Amino acid sequence: MAKIRGAVVVDVERCKGCVICVNACPTNVLSMSKDVNGKGYSFSYMENPEACTGCMSCSLVCPDVVITVYRMKVNE
Amino acid sequence: MSISIQDIIKEENKVFSKTKLLTDKVFSYCPGCGHGVAHRIIMEVIEEMGIVNQTIGVAPVGCSVLAYDFMDIDMQQAAHGRAPAVATGISRVFPDKYVFTYQGDGDLAAIGTAETIHACSRGENIIIFFINNGIYGMTGGQMAPTTLEGMKTSTSPHGRDLHQMGFPIKMTEIVAQLDGVQFATRQAVHTPSAVRKTKKAVKKAFENVKNKKGVSFIEIVSNCNSGWKLAPVKANEWMEEFMFPVYPIGDIKG
Repeated sequence: MAKIRGAVVVDVERCKGCVICVNACPTNVLSMSKDVNGKGYSFSYMENPEACTGCMSCSLVCPDVVITVYRMKVNE
Repeated sequence: MSISIQDIIKEENKVFSKTKLLTDKVFSYCPGCGHGVAHRIIMEVIEEMGIVNQTIGVAPVGCSVLAYDFMDIDMQQAAHGRAPAVATGISRVFPDKYVFTYQGDGDLAAIGTAETIHACSRGENIIIFFINNGIYGMTGGQMAPTTLEGMKTSTSPHGRDLHQMGFPIKMTEIVAQLDGVQFATRQAVHTPSAVRKTKKAVKKAFENVKNKKGVSFIEIVSNCNSGWKLAPVKANEWMEEFMFPVYPIGDIKG
């Protein structure tokens, strides 16, 4: 069955750790890191990448435009 | 067959990335501020319509005073509140250009009320983006004309008292009464669906300029988590609970 898989790439150094993307993700893919970036902000990352559908919800609400979204159809 | 993340992250699978009309400079806004999303939506619409070389923006005084550093288009900085007056001049000299102003509530609804109302009344062919967060964000969270009843700010520490300080001003409803205004709407940028609706409104506004229909006034109800003293996600929840009843989302005219 064809399935949609997605992935996001977070520009770690530009992320300000506002958590809005984590809250917006409908499939609970994103989570906040324990580490911090150069500015001292914790940043979002894909904790559960299998669940990502590439719906772009995170990137639409990201106030710093740090998220790039990829999506592809996978036949399984 | 399992697919690794590296298989998905390829150029041909890219569905969303930062528009090239936003510069590489990191936004000077606080974490979670709605300004960033508003900037992005406007720049995306300009890019999609292919009007980069025909668009001139006017930056205000306030948090978004440095908008010209982030928007990679022709920009002009105006004196506090005078962005609609400057935009009037630009659009009269260059009638075929797409001219927009980008203003906050302290800029547009306090010091610039006269300029705003008269530019709207004259029906200038411009777009006014009005970012309403109910507070003076840049100067340290003072009370603005749009501050809600009972809302605590640094100059109303016991909450806004309506008897002493008056009522919150609803600019979009006011300008919608004017005949020069073609399109007046109030939107938000805190959820994916709200962002999509706002983008549609922005597109409609630029099309109105193209058809020389007069002022398009887009209010974006936004958060100010530093001024409101809330975490970004909590600020968005607070906005839905308290801002939206006073500033209801939706088209008011056009």
